[in-house]
Amino acid sequence: MSIEVRNLTKRYGDLAVCNNLSLEVADGELVALLGPSGSGKTTLLRIIAGLDVPDAGSVLFHGEDATRTPVRDRNVGFVFQHYALFGHMTVAANIAFGLRVRPRATRPSERAIAAKVAELLELVQLDGLADRHPHQLSGGQRQRVALARALAVEPKLLLLDEPFGALDARVRKELRRWLRRLHDEMHVTSVFVTHDQDEAMEVADRVVVLHQGRIEQQGAPHELCDHPATPFVRQFLGDADLPPTPRRVARFVAG
Amino acid sequence: MSTRALLLRRHSVLPGFGLALGFTLLYLGFIVLIPLSAVFLKTFTVSWDSFVATVISPRVVASYRLTFGAALLAALVNAVFGLLVAWVLVRYRFPGRRLVDALVDLPFALPTAVAGIALTTLYASNGWIGRWLPVKVSYTPLGVWVALTFIGLPFVVRTVQPVLQDLQRELEEAAATLGATRLQTFARVLLPALAPALLTGFTLAFARALGEYGSVIFIAGNMPMVSEITPLLIITKLEQYDYAGATSIALVMLVAAFALLLLVNLLQAWARKRQGH
Amino acid sequence: MAAIAQALDGLAGRDAGPAARPLAPARQAAAGGEPAWVRRTLVGLALAFLALFLFVPLAVVFVQAFAKGLDVYRAALGESDALAALRLTLLAAGISVPLNLVFGVAAAWAIAKFDFRGKSVLLALVDLPFSVSPVIAGLVYMLVFGLQGWCGAWLRDHDVRVVFAVPGIVLATVFVTVPFIARELIPLMQAQGQEQEEAARVLGASGWQILWRVTLPNVKWALLYGVILCNARAMGEFGAVSVVSGHIRGRTDTLPLHIEILYNDYQFAAAFAVASLLAALALVTLVLKLIVERRANASPVPESGHEH
Repeated sequence: MSIEVRNLTKRYGDLAVCNNLSLEVADGELVALLGPSGSGKTTLLRIIAGLDVPDAGSVLFHGEDATRTPVRDRNVGFVFQHYALFGHMTVAANIAFGLRVRPRATRPSERAIAAKVAELLELVQLDGLADRHPHQLSGGQRQRVALARALAVEPKLLLLDEPFGALDARVRKELRRWLRRLHDEMHVTSVFVTHDQDEAMEVADRVVVLHQGRIEQQGAPHELCDHPATPFVRQFLGDADLPPTPRRVARFVAG
Repeated sequence: MSTRALLLRRHSVLPGFGLALGFTLLYLGFIVLIPLSAVFLKTFTVSWDSFVATVISPRVVASYRLTFGAALLAALVNAVFGLLVAWVLVRYRFPGRRLVDALVDLPFALPTAVAGIALTTLYASNGWIGRWLPVKVSYTPLGVWVALTFIGLPFVVRTVQPVLQDLQRELEEAAATLGATRLQTFARVLLPALAPALLTGFTLAFARALGEYGSVIFIAGNMPMVSEITPLLIITKLEQYDYAGATSIALVMLVAAFALLLLVNLLQAWARKRQGH
Repeated sequence: MAAIAQALDGLAGRDAGPAARPLAPARQAAAGGEPAWVRRTLVGLALAFLALFLFVPLAVVFVQAFAKGLDVYRAALGESDALAALRLTLLAAGISVPLNLVFGVAAAWAIAKFDFRGKSVLLALVDLPFSVSPVIAGLVYMLVFGLQGWCGAWLRDHDVRVVFAVPGIVLATVFVTVPFIARELIPLMQAQGQEQEEAARVLGASGWQILWRVTLPNVKWALLYGVILCNARAMGEFGAVSVVSGHIRGRTDTLPLHIEILYNDYQFAAAFAVASLLAALALVTLVLKLIVERRANASPVPESGHEH
């Protein structure tokens, strides 16, 4: 599903957290919203999800205006920074949740749900942990459960809010390659928010650099590194290593 | 829903706000607010002079002195000993600690009438404790103080305990490395950190003691001008069908209670600010 | 993929650490803690204070209850007025607790999960019955429903009795127990935030589904403790009920009022016998609280506001 954001503005008091933002995400793309804290990237993500409403502007899914559509009906998958897993439910119950709360008409049978959960557990490499509770898992494992839970309802759009922010450096590196690989398999349009340049460069098809509520530059990772459009972009990306392209990473990791 | 948008300061995707808030307000209105307003409205039917005459009559004033004074003393004792109990429960290990910790909540759970007869019997001249005491406790103002101390016991302990538990050991260790004695550390580092909680607990105990009836009424003696508490006077007026008199005194008590409630909320807000929340 | 997954399983994810635990006494002494004799004295003082004001009064109830022997004890409990009082007490509690449970959940949902103007006023209002003297709680219902009250004439014309009858007692009991469950739920739900509920909403859950499947299970121990405490208070309420009841033996007496009657009649053993029943209930309440706390602390998810 393609996303278009048109002239989006969101204010908190006098501060314009999102300032007349316009952005397009093509179907199947993996886009990173990159910027320092306060740049508006998480707010933008939440507005796309429907967790916040803009003060002006619109959000379109596949050309249709979805600005006023409630979050429940948007069929987006959202992965929270701190996972927001249901602590009192098992991993399997967490993943199955979105399917179990469907109205009776569209709810799959318990057997179908169990099969789907098993399939997802295998996808995120957590089979065998179905009966554990979140507090028994490591941070990296919890993050994968959160992802599986979001994917269970087969969303057309996957949104991730600083997905690896709460993990330590080594786990973060491994998981970001894993996310890229997952995206290559599933082809769901995905947008993720990060303040880590390396992460954005390594994982995304396209990077959107945000600063104080505006888009400074957007483009493929190489473009941004080779031709930074503004002093802020040059400074912000200055420390980023030139990353291998995502395809090279995938080949490196396979086997 | 536009009313929802008006009331909410921040957009929320969660449902049920209108329903929950509406039900809450209706429930509070019918069960609490409307009946309470009856006190105010009824008092307004009484002339100012009559109102004043009732609330400052000697017998009533004597009851204020007793109620207020005993409540204050009880809350003070509870502040000191409540801090002690909280300290001992949090910092030390001794046999039966968990049991003692659970029993601290007894005044919350025990019906006031049961506490009343138990304390009266205990502190009477021939009671288990009363016989060892040089002064008469039951049926005197001293007995009122004992009952009010019982009632307020958990308040200070329970407000201080969580704060004590969350206190970082590093603070005390730092003070120790800087050469402070244990007492200095306690006075200069710990006590200031505990002060807001202590004050809150004290005020809560005080407010609770002011309105207490069941546990006091047995031990008090109830002699006019000597050992009558204010709630008893309200009941006495009611029994004499002097509704106006009863509500007048009730109004005074309510104003005092609200003032204290306000004080507690301000104290808690101050405490939160101090902790940087 | 398998290689990465294996590597990931080997690594422990680091999240924010838990709150500092109490130090073992050894470390405490090393940190410049109090000498042993100070500790012992303080413990002794604290226990002496508690004994004087807590333990001994509790013991007195049970000792005096059985002072005249088992037969008198049983007779006191089996007496018809006592049984009637028991029934009325159970009725009042049986109505107040569920009502205040629904209220508590509704109030906690509105206050903890939403940000709105006047929230602190609402919080103060919820706490209001806590700071009002029980006698005044009874008085207000006399003012509304009593003969001289607002509805007095209407009630008399329709031969409905509220004060000096069961409905008045129930109303007074509801009034004094309004805050109990809400006060247990609100701080905990506030601390837990709304993220899990938001996640559930994104996944498509309805409001009731969110409440039932996500929110309430997260607060189940606090909820249980609130219900237990509310019940204890409802069954033991004295001042408010004393005002509205009319003290009609066998009909409008609750257990606490019955105790008062027996005591004033100098039937001390009988009074303490009935009192021992309520004291036992109080002890059960405390035991249940202990269990609830132990369960709550066993699960690392904060499900109760009480961590010891």
